[in-house]
Parts: sequence; structure tokens; C-alpha cells
Amino acid sequence: MILQGDNILKQYHHNGGLINALDRVSFTVQKGDFVTVTGPSGSGKSTLLLSIFGLIRITSGNIIFDGNRIDSISDLKLAHIRKRSVGYILQSFALVPYLTTIQNVMIPLALEKIPRKEQFKRATEILDYVGLSDRMEHLPRELSAGQQQRVAIARSIIHRPQIIMADEPTGNLDPRLSLEILEFLSKINRENKITIIMVTHSPIAAEYGTMKLHLNEGKIIASGK
Amino acid sequence: MTISKLVLIELWKRKSQLISGLLAITLGIAVIVAIQSVSVVSEQNVARNLDNLGANILVLPQAASIDDYYTSDIDAPTLPMDYVERILTSTLAGVDNMSPKLTRRVKVGSQSIVLTGILPKSEIASKPLWQSSGLMGAGLKTACAPTQSANQSHGMEDKKLQRKAIDTLYSDDCLAGFQVAKRLKLAVNGRVSIMGKEFKVVKILSETGTVDDDRIFANLKDVQVLLKLENQVSAIEIMGCCNAISDGLLGRLRNILPDTRVTTIGQIVSTQIETNQMMKKITLVMLVIIFFVGGISIGNYIWANVNERKREIGILRMMGAERSTIYKMFLLKALILGVAGGILGYMLGTLAGVVLGPYLAGIVVKPVYIYLVWSIILSVAISLAGSIFPTYLAAKFDPHSNLQED
Repeated sequence: MILQGDNILKQYHHNGGLINALDRVSFTVQKGDFVTVTGPSGSGKSTLLLSIFGLIRITSGNIIFDGNRIDSISDLKLAHIRKRSVGYILQSFALVPYLTTIQNVMIPLALEKIPRKEQFKRATEILDYVGLSDRMEHLPRELSAGQQQRVAIARSIIHRPQIIMADEPTGNLDPRLSLEILEFLSKINRENKITIIMVTHSPIAAEYGTMKLHLNEGKIIASGK
Repeated sequence: MTISKLVLIELWKRKSQLISGLLAITLGIAVIVAIQSVSVVSEQNVARNLDNLGANILVLPQAASIDDYYTSDIDAPTLPMDYVERILTSTLAGVDNMSPKLTRRVKVGSQSIVLTGILPKSEIASKPLWQSSGLMGAGLKTACAPTQSANQSHGMEDKKLQRKAIDTLYSDDCLAGFQVAKRLKLAVNGRVSIMGKEFKVVKILSETGTVDDDRIFANLKDVQVLLKLENQVSAIEIMGCCNAISDGLLGRLRNILPDTRVTTIGQIVSTQIETNQMMKKITLVMLVIIFFVGGISIGNYIWANVNERKREIGILRMMGAERSTIYKMFLLKALILGVAGGILGYMLGTLAGVVLGPYLAGIVVKPVYIYLVWSIILSVAISLAGSIFPTYLAAKFDPHSNLQED
């Protein structure tokens, strides 16, 4: 078991009342799982994804990652865990606009203060792996949407995380590029044994999951392998 | 890739913003440097001119008046010579140049002259005109002009301000004032008998237009013996540093010499003090204005930059950047702006001072290199002070809400 959520409750204040964005959600993820989280808009998918590693603080419940409780640890410790063990992929690619492809990919290593030579070596290898070795010095605006998402994927795996959190990674891509990215994520999952939790609207994308969670109104209403 | 490199890349890629951010601080520092460059030279000019006017503090016996000092009456009160040592062994600053004197009106033949006993080497530069007499010894520090340490802080040294003392004045030697030499028909290497003692005239002093023209100067010890006033002096002339006087030097002198009258030559001192203080006030006012204007301007620039980069901050926080990393990013940027603003401001201000100094103040202004260091320090301080609050807010941003601003 790499990740376990137990009775996760996330409440928001809204118009004088309380809204349960996550309503006592529980799940268990094994190492190497490819988890897809589906559900209608507002069902709590993204809240769940962002809550797991503290980008949103939960109201109550337990989250255990790699044997350690992480729902109640400090922001600083959570930042360390995200830096070392988690890769994020977002729908909007979230690239730094004034950095080149290779510079964007090296950010997680820069945060970990990895020596420059090592950063460059790993970044070139990863860019070769995602098929962008000929775009290393391009700025994000000089890349296609699919290429930008591949840069984001490269950035999410360069520091060899244990888990990748992907929030609608194909949401901004056409069907052909979506399939390409999904295949790629699947390959990373298989070849590197990296656990992936992917939030998606797409039933096709959801089919890539080895474990599927379906949320509605903040509750898991279906789960299965 | 490092966070520092990320900062440099961001600065380089957004050059137009960098220039607008730099403008206010550069101009602010330039104004300070220009004013300060002109005012330091101007202050030195005033100091030099006033310095030439002579001693500015007189220590007299309690019962003596200034008139006594100038008329040198036979029964004018005296004070013990030990008082000189009392001043020298005190921790008072700004009393480097002292000249104890014993002065009495005596008869030489049928002529009445003033005999003044002076200590060689300690006869201070209150007699600048003596310098042309060729009796120059080692250089003495000037009092009102910048001292060595002040010179360093101003970054300049004015050799002309180095005064000379009378190195030697042997027991039988004397110096004759211009008028008294004329009246007594004295010549160099000639002799003059005063109260039964023979003196060799080693120099006729140039005309000064002061009471000194009617005086004969001899070694203080000889004069004390002749007048039977051993270990007594009529007055101690001090060329006190005007800054020290304004800082309460007179009061401190009175404390260690309670039974004396300590007076200043008021007009001279007050003129210099007023000039110096006015310059300081102008610089201080400008400094405060520039600190606020520069700080607000840089703060505004950093705040705009923080807002523009909210998503980037969110991305970095999502990837595990700590708050300290966000602080580092923006404060490093402010530091770079501060250093650049300091250097550019110094160059611009110095250029303005050098070009405008002769037109506006009629003085030649030279670059004061130490101001480069002060400009950078001031500019960095302003830049960091202005950036701290926006940076604090940036570090507090909720990464999640910033990431959702798509």
C-alpha cells in the first residue's frame, strides 16, 4: 500500500452554510496502481487530488502516504514530500513561460539542489524519453499543446517520484493527442512502476486505470479494479 | 538550473519592466550622490576658508576678559600650564591643535611691544600666514577641516588642509612681527634685548594685519622665566573642530577646566556650524524622501511582479518549493535591483555633480569613490525594505487558488 485515505472530509463555508466537497472518502492505492478518478463537475475529483498532498487542507480524516500520516504534518514537511515524492501534471500544463523546455524540466531538480551536471544529464534523458530532445531550447509558446503537456510530464517524472497526480491531463488536447498522452502515462506507469492518480472527465481516459474511483457530490459511489 | 538563475532569467526576459523598476531608485540615488558630492566639496571649501581665520576656542582664566587677552596687561590673570595636559589627557575629540601662550606687554628700549611665549610645534596653524616664513615643520591636523577619518569617509583628501607647525624655536631665538620689526629696526640674524635677555631674530614675519604684527614671539619657557610666571600661561588657543563644537565640546571643556572661561569666536564657529548643519539637513531630508519614494516604487514593481507571477508561484509551491524559496526569489531580485540601482545612481549622480558643480556652486567636484559603496548599501536597503511586504504576501499565497486561475 502506498497511499490510503480514511474518512476524508473537506468542508467549505458557502453562503453561511457548510458544503461537503469531500464527504468521508476512503480509498487504498497500491504501489504501481494507475488510479482514475471520474465524476461530474463539482463532484470533488480535483479537491481530492489536491487534498492528498496538502495543496488543500482537509477538514478531518486520515491520509497515509508510504507508511506515514501526512494529513496533520506541517506545510514545510508536506512541501518536502511533494518535492521528493510527487509529480504533478495539470490540464493547463503549468509551464513557466519564460523558461525553455529543458529549464522547465529541471525545476524539480533545482528545488532539490541537484548539481547542474546531473540536472542536465537527467533532463536530456527525460526529454529524449518523451520525444522532445529537438525542442530543448524552445519556449512553451513555441511548442504545440501536445508538446507542452509532454514537457509537463517530463517535469513530473524527472525527480523519480513515487506517485504522479494528474488533473485532467488531456483536458486541453484533441482526441489524437489525448490518446498519445494517455499511452505515454500508461507507459510510465508500466515501465517505471510509478503510481498514477489521474482525474478525468473522459470515459476513454478512465479506461486506462487499473483502479477506478467514481465520485458524486463528494462521495465515492463506485470503485473497482 | 538554480533559483538564482531562474531569477536572472526572469529579469533578463522582462527587461522593460526591469528598466522601469530601476528608474526610480537610480534617480533617487543619483540625486543623493549629486547633492552629497557638491556639498562635501563645498563644506571643505568653507572649512578651509574658516580654518585660515585662526583659532576658534579660547581658554582664559576665569577672571580674564577677551580684552585682557588682546591688550596683554601686565597684571592680567594667568592659568596653570597643567591645563594643557588636562585637555590632552582627556578623551575629548576635536581639540587636536592647541597653543598655550603667555603674553605680556613689555618695554624694549622706549618702545612698548607685546612679548608672546609660544611652544614650538604646538603653535598651531592659527597663523597660516606664517607658513610663508619658511618655518615649516611637520604637518598638523586641521581642526575644522575634515580629519583623516572624515577624509576617508568622504573619500577625498585635501593636501592643502594639512597645516604646518613651527618645528623648532630655540631658547635664544625669536620671531618678530612685521610692524614691531619695522619700529625696532630689526633684521634677520640681528639681535634684540628684552628684559635683559638677548634674542636672535630668526625671522621677520610677513604682515598679517592683526595684533601679531606688533608682537615678538619667543619660546614659552624663556618667556615664563623672564616674566617670573613659570608654568603659567595667559590663554590656551584651540582650533576646535566645528562639528565637535556643535556637539558640545565647549561644555565638556568647561567640565574638565571648571575655573576657566571657555569662549568661542562666535561668528566664525556659528557660520561654519550653520553651513555644515544646513548641508546635513538637506541631505537628510533628501534621504528620507528618496527612501520612501524609492521604497514605494520598488515595492510597487515587486508587487506587480508578484501578481503577474501568481501562477508561477503556485506551480513552484505545488512542486514542493518552500516559502523560503519564494522569499529568496523575490528578495534576490530586489537585491539585484538594489545593486544595479546603486551603481547606476552613483554614476549618474557623480556625473551630474561633476558637470553641474562648477555652474551651480562654482566648485570643482571630483568623483567620491567611497560613495559607490554607500550608494549600493542605501539602494539595496531601500530595495529590500520596499520588497519585503509584497514578498511576504507572495510566500503566503495559497498555491491551489493560484493554480486554478486559468
